[in-house]
Amino acid sequence: MCCPAHKIEDELEMTMVCHRPEGLEQLEAQTNFTKRELQVLYRGFKNECPSGVVNEETFKQIYAQFFPHGDASMYAHYLFNAFDTTQTGSVKFEDFVTALSILLRGTVHEKLRWTFNLYDINKDGYINKEEMMDIVKAIYDMMGKYTYPVLKEDTPRQHVDVFFQKMDKNKDGIVTLDEFLESCQEDDNIMRSLQLFQNVM
Amino acid sequence: MAAGVAAWLPFARAAAIGWMPVANCPMPLAPADKNKRQDELIVLNVSGRRFQTWRTTLERYPDTLLGSTEKEFFFNEDTKEYFFDRDPEVFRCVLNFYRTGKLHYPRYECISAYDDELAFYGILPEIIGDCCYEEYKDRKRENAERLMDDNDSENNQESMPSLSFRQTMWRAFENPHTSTLALVFYYVTGFFIAVSVITNVVETVPCGTVPGSKELPCGERYSVAFFCLDTACVMIFTVEYLLRLFAAPSRYRFIRSVMSIIDVVAIMPYYIGLVMTDNEDVSGAFVTLRVFRVFRIFKFSRHSQGLRILGYTLKSCASELGFLLFSLTMAIIIFATVMFYAEKGSSASKFTSIPASFWYTIVTMTTLGYGDMVPKTIAGKIFGSICSLSGVLVIALPVPVIVSNFSRIYHQNQRADKRRAQKKARLARIRVAKTGSSNAYLHSKRNGLLNEALELTGTPEEEHTGKATSLIESQHHHLLHCLEKTTNHEFIDEQMFEQNCMESSMQNYPSTRSPSLSSQSGLTTTCCSRRSKKTTHLPNSNLPATRLRSMQELSTIHIQGSEQPSLTTSRSSLNLKADDGLRPNCKTSQITTAIISIPTPPALTPEGESRPPPASPGPNTNIPSIASNVVKVSAL
Repeated sequence: MCCPAHKIEDELEMTMVCHRPEGLEQLEAQTNFTKRELQVLYRGFKNECPSGVVNEETFKQIYAQFFPHGDASMYAHYLFNAFDTTQTGSVKFEDFVTALSILLRGTVHEKLRWTFNLYDINKDGYINKEEMMDIVKAIYDMMGKYTYPVLKEDTPRQHVDVFFQKMDKNKDGIVTLDEFLESCQEDDNIMRSLQLFQNVM
Repeated sequence: MAAGVAAWLPFARAAAIGWMPVANCPMPLAPADKNKRQDELIVLNVSGRRFQTWRTTLERYPDTLLGSTEKEFFFNEDTKEYFFDRDPEVFRCVLNFYRTGKLHYPRYECISAYDDELAFYGILPEIIGDCCYEEYKDRKRENAERLMDDNDSENNQESMPSLSFRQTMWRAFENPHTSTLALVFYYVTGFFIAVSVITNVVETVPCGTVPGSKELPCGERYSVAFFCLDTACVMIFTVEYLLRLFAAPSRYRFIRSVMSIIDVVAIMPYYIGLVMTDNEDVSGAFVTLRVFRVFRIFKFSRHSQGLRILGYTLKSCASELGFLLFSLTMAIIIFATVMFYAEKGSSASKFTSIPASFWYTIVTMTTLGYGDMVPKTIAGKIFGSICSLSGVLVIALPVPVIVSNFSRIYHQNQRADKRRAQKKARLARIRVAKTGSSNAYLHSKRNGLLNEALELTGTPEEEHTGKATSLIESQHHHLLHCLEKTTNHEFIDEQMFEQNCMESSMQNYPSTRSPSLSSQSGLTTTCCSRRSKKTTHLPNSNLPATRLRSMQELSTIHIQGSEQPSLTTSRSSLNLKADDGLRPNCKTSQITTAIISIPTPPALTPEGESRPPPASPGPNTNIPSIASNVVKVSAL
């Protein structure tokens, strides 16, 4: 069903690689989506990426369209790395839909684990302050310049400090998965906002 | 936001999960999808040709005919399809616009028919994609010119009283066909230019001998006659120049134009001659000045379109001509040097210096071969033959290239100018689209996106403020709103930003503009908890009144009872304490809140917390009923 996998070293080859996803039944079994939802998702996916895979550039472009005020490229970069679980540099429809299934229909535990994975930029299993700084800076970049109140230089750092205060239980400067899960589950705000996009589809 | 990526909005919203643990404030509620129904196929019957598409595809553009409820007027109950009695060919393009987000203009289509169809479907032609936009604009311009020509020929009989005398004169000068007088003027000037040129030429012809002296040119024999002719011509030219100067819409630009310079150069020698006839020494120079009279011939370019085109093409071909000249010069210098040194030995050689050899080289290379200078030595002859052979190459080769360059460059220039003019417009359009998208969010904040609030209070009202926002748009705005909450900063537009900057620098405002943010106890206890969960239910919108917000530590809440179900609320950067208690039944009142800054913590956090998050709380029962007069609540 899939085209033979081409080594995606050559940029040119990438555009000619055509990838077809596994069958609808399989995807339905693997994810928490219904057939109709998968159909809608695939139509949108195929519209933007006719070749069947999305590379980082396209990903960034798509994401940037939703945030015209600022620069969404850094956050899109981290998102892409989180979606691209196999680190191949391209996201196939299966990866896409698997991640969406977790984000929209997964359990709280799964969602938190996915978010932890997003924050853990170097995928070493721990979040340190630098990684968090990068993430928070990327989020603030999406706001752009024209904000109220005016964005100051150390606003992201303050934000990260607050975050670490909350999350880092044993104050060792890094946040492990367990600390993260525990702290998030204690915070009602976070719990509530995780349910926010339940009915997005 | 392009419609094409609307399908990716669920992904963008899902990705927002990454902000949640970082955010300190609670997120606003998502807009509910009240019209949640399964996506269905719609059949569109356009003059018998059936098109089918998903309903959501059409709903991407809610302010067009197909995207709004206007299409219900065309719904045919019997056949359960939408019937349009319009052109199916153009409809193909229209439907593709919904599908791909790009509107194309088919070249075979008539421009006015296309425009009519677009107007019918409520689509603005400005969104035509870049690939087809130039073609569309060109056709449109041609059409407009055609219409203008038609109008002009209609109006030709009637005089245009609206045009001033000056404007009429300018029009007459530029376009001699507008009136008979202009035509007469045109021919008269043409005649006099010809007369002037001919007299200049004939002046120098030897006219037979006056007895007793040598042969004289006609100019000196009949000097009076020629002088009168010359005077007459110059009079006419001067009058013409002055009239044009008077009639020109922009005198400065007219003076700088090429034609006016030619005019001046044509008549100046005469006046200079008048002034200088007394002085004998300068009369030599005066004679030289007469040469410039030949420039009168260029005045013909006003009468000939072809001359103008040629001049323009030469100008645009200047670089090619320059290159030809340069390579020729190189070759001439090389060969002249060689010939000079080759002929140095020979006696009585005409090649006295290198510049003297230039003449030989040029004559030989252009294969003229006058024969006034010929090499005598063997070496000279050898090099001379090489020179003439290479001359053929050097001259003959570039000339056809240049000639073909003429037409290529001429056409290319025209196209390049067009493209350059359109590029600015294109960039401007892209910029406008981008700011439009970001402004849409700010705009809706200002008007108060009340989908959530109204739904929460269970209002069955369908009509909100202003224009209908599609579900996609409201979801997108909700996403942006979440981002604002994550970072505790708001989006504002450029002017307000600058205003705020100016105000803050002027007033030297301490950083306690948002005291909550800078309080020592950390962010968690400040803005968000104070802001209370209630604000999750209050859509955030910026009122223009936020301009006041910076300086004043006042919170004023105007509550007006009104019939309108629309609500405009403005968000505060700080807590809306009193607002909570006074949030009325949204259907009957209009709240405009101004600034807030509350030093005292409110007493209602527990109330907020007790509310289950996604559930839509009913209207607060302890809200005092709002009279229909303005209640001003001031909290300090």
